[in-house]
Amino acid sequence: MSSKSQEVEALLAQKYRHGFVTDIESDSLPPGLDEGVVAAISKKKNEPQFLLNWRLKAFRHWQTMREPTWAHVHYKPIDYQDISYYSAPRAPANAPKSLDEVDPKLLATYAKLGIPLHERARLAGVAVDAVFDSVSVATTFKDKLGKAGVIFCSFSDAVRDHPQLIERYLGSVVPPGDNYFAALNSAVFSDGSFVYVPPGVRCPMELSTYFRINAAKTGQFERTLIIAAEAASVSYLEGCTAPMRDENQLHAAVVELVALDDAQIKYSTVQNWYPGDENGLGGIFNFVTKRGECRGRNSKISWTQVETGSAITWKYPSCILKGENSIGEFYSVAVANNYQQADTGTKMIHIGRNTRSTIVSKGISAGHAENTYRGLVKVLPSAAGARNFTQCDSLLMGPNCAAHTFPYMEVKNPTATVEHEASTSKIGEDQLFYCLQRGISAEDAVNMIVSGFCKVVFKELPMEFAVEAQNLLSVSLEGAVG
Amino acid sequence: MLKITDLSARVAGKDILKGVNLEVGAGEVHAIMGPNGSGKSTLAQVLAGREDYEITGGTVTFDGQDLLAMRAEERARAGFFLGFQYPVEIPGVNNVYLLKAALNAKRRAAGEPEVDAYEFLALIRQKMKIMQMSEAFLTRGVNEGFSGGEKKRNEVLQMLVLEPKLAVLDETDSGLDIDALKVVSAGVNTLRDPKRAVVLVTHYQRLLDYIAPDRVHVLSGGRILKSGDASLAQELERRGYDWVSESQVA
Ligand SMILES: Nc1ncnc2c1ncn2[C@@H]1O[C@H](COP(=O)(O)OP(=O)(O)O)[C@@H](O)[C@H]1O
Ligand SMILES: [Mg+2]
Repeated sequence: MSSKSQEVEALLAQKYRHGFVTDIESDSLPPGLDEGVVAAISKKKNEPQFLLNWRLKAFRHWQTMREPTWAHVHYKPIDYQDISYYSAPRAPANAPKSLDEVDPKLLATYAKLGIPLHERARLAGVAVDAVFDSVSVATTFKDKLGKAGVIFCSFSDAVRDHPQLIERYLGSVVPPGDNYFAALNSAVFSDGSFVYVPPGVRCPMELSTYFRINAAKTGQFERTLIIAAEAASVSYLEGCTAPMRDENQLHAAVVELVALDDAQIKYSTVQNWYPGDENGLGGIFNFVTKRGECRGRNSKISWTQVETGSAITWKYPSCILKGENSIGEFYSVAVANNYQQADTGTKMIHIGRNTRSTIVSKGISAGHAENTYRGLVKVLPSAAGARNFTQCDSLLMGPNCAAHTFPYMEVKNPTATVEHEASTSKIGEDQLFYCLQRGISAEDAVNMIVSGFCKVVFKELPMEFAVEAQNLLSVSLEGAVG
Repeated sequence: MLKITDLSARVAGKDILKGVNLEVGAGEVHAIMGPNGSGKSTLAQVLAGREDYEITGGTVTFDGQDLLAMRAEERARAGFFLGFQYPVEIPGVNNVYLLKAALNAKRRAAGEPEVDAYEFLALIRQKMKIMQMSEAFLTRGVNEGFSGGEKKRNEVLQMLVLEPKLAVLDETDSGLDIDALKVVSAGVNTLRDPKRAVVLVTHYQRLLDYIAPDRVHVLSGGRILKSGDASLAQELERRGYDWVSESQVA
């Protein structure tokens, strides 16, 4: 046994001696965070030594860090000792037994989103077995992916079945000490998704957490790792499009994407965590680190996000364009209503020659919301011929909301071209009146105007997702005007 | 059809309409002329139900109903159409999509079934022919990047599709070259019908060469100062608006 692991064993023992009450077999750990908790999480998941060490290193680094304050968001300090860092899926015993036991308001929202009945039940947390058997669905798609050689599984399964891939790629894009929330995630992440697409393979289907059996209740610190090997391609859809009411407050996920030579990854998100109520009570703090690295030449990573949920969103899906001729894209719609605060944007880091990036950001603010775009385009001296185009538009609905734009640019190569366009418009009283005068109701008019505003981003979403995103948008802006 | 009695309205603390009286019967075409800033657009917007304007007095009945008690969208569905002086751009919203939504909103309100896509396409193609507009307009964003003249044509196209009982066209002729003016006038004339009425807000006599009005009114300082038949427009063209205000004072 290495000295490192002895150290850990000793540590664990010490914790127990000091009355650390965690029963390793139980469903959740009591609130609190120290090395014992980190080790306990790792042990519960039967992780190999390297991963435990990795977590502990991240934890120690996190302890030296301070919570960032530069984002344009305001919230009461988070008490990290008051959070439980491990909670297994809710036992079926306390889950609702049928739709009759589910909050009707929630069901009404699902109905408006057009989610099929059995899916509504699953989202509402009704014990799955009671409703429909998802095993068969899972098996058919697993077969298809297996034949193509694509690995798509929960992060825990990947740690067990493909430890060499995890060891090689985990933290290679977002290092454990990257930022405060990434460090925290690295120490305590509970589960998440893993995708590996082997060389030359075009993934035969859209991968989605929606179908993945382990997706339900993966917890607040997910970890996603997607690798597209040489000339592979994959499209991944994240998040469910329904408003999940999550009792947890802090959500700090990390997503890492790696694209090797000629590979393509398209990552689409529709984020709709509980945003809190009309008065700003409750809701999720969504502090997420998402980054993709175009490691190989001619590779491409494309982020598309529709962010409508969360009380606070702090999220900057980014691309590191290392490979020559690689391409990074970021298409975003961020909606903030009531007292929501969104600080989101992207970073495009141009390292390789002739790298290209496109940023299209659409921010919509209503109620008392604050919506901030924060973007960095950085062209390093090595990135001859790099090009960026940025377009950032804000739409304001009503007099009490605000939009802010912070586009940062650092261009260190004279052959680079960087273009930036920005606009802020009020949802036109004029536009609204024009529609009303044509007989269209205020609600339909707002939906129409907002969808028009977001059209360029929605076009980037996979078909079926685009429809849901549109519905979601209208639900989130309900009552925003008139 | 439309009866305006002593209508007064203010905006941003300023009285703009100061007792407007006007009656428009079915089958009639009226023209409202008057100097810039006299309140013509304000009158049009107040009739359409724009909420920025505060009604400080008077009544308006439309087809026997209390127009001022109706919401803007209800007025539209009841057959009131406003051709905007400055049609607004709605980026990303297809022209055809807006129009179909508008027509269906009206049909639902009337208890009629919604048009299906084929029916609608046939209808709109026929109307676009009248307005000499190319198919490309259908899929472009509402007024997005349209020239001034294209926007005005688009207003009349919408009017033709919605077939209102009463259309108020606010300077639909401004900024049109002579060919476009003819097309727009022809479009308006196809809607002339014993059951409908049109109110043209215009600065220019030339529009009235193509759409002969039954009555011409001069709106100045928030009041109708003078009314007459088509010859009044010619007289205004010759003598200017000052002549009206002066003759009024005298
Ligand atoms: N929303 C508004 N806020 C302030 N003043 C306005 C507004 N709308 C119109 N006005 C004023 O009302 C007067 C009449 O304007 P308008 O009705 O547009 O005249 P017209 O169409 O006859 O040229 C003008 O002095 C104009 O500046
Ligand atoms: Mg005017």
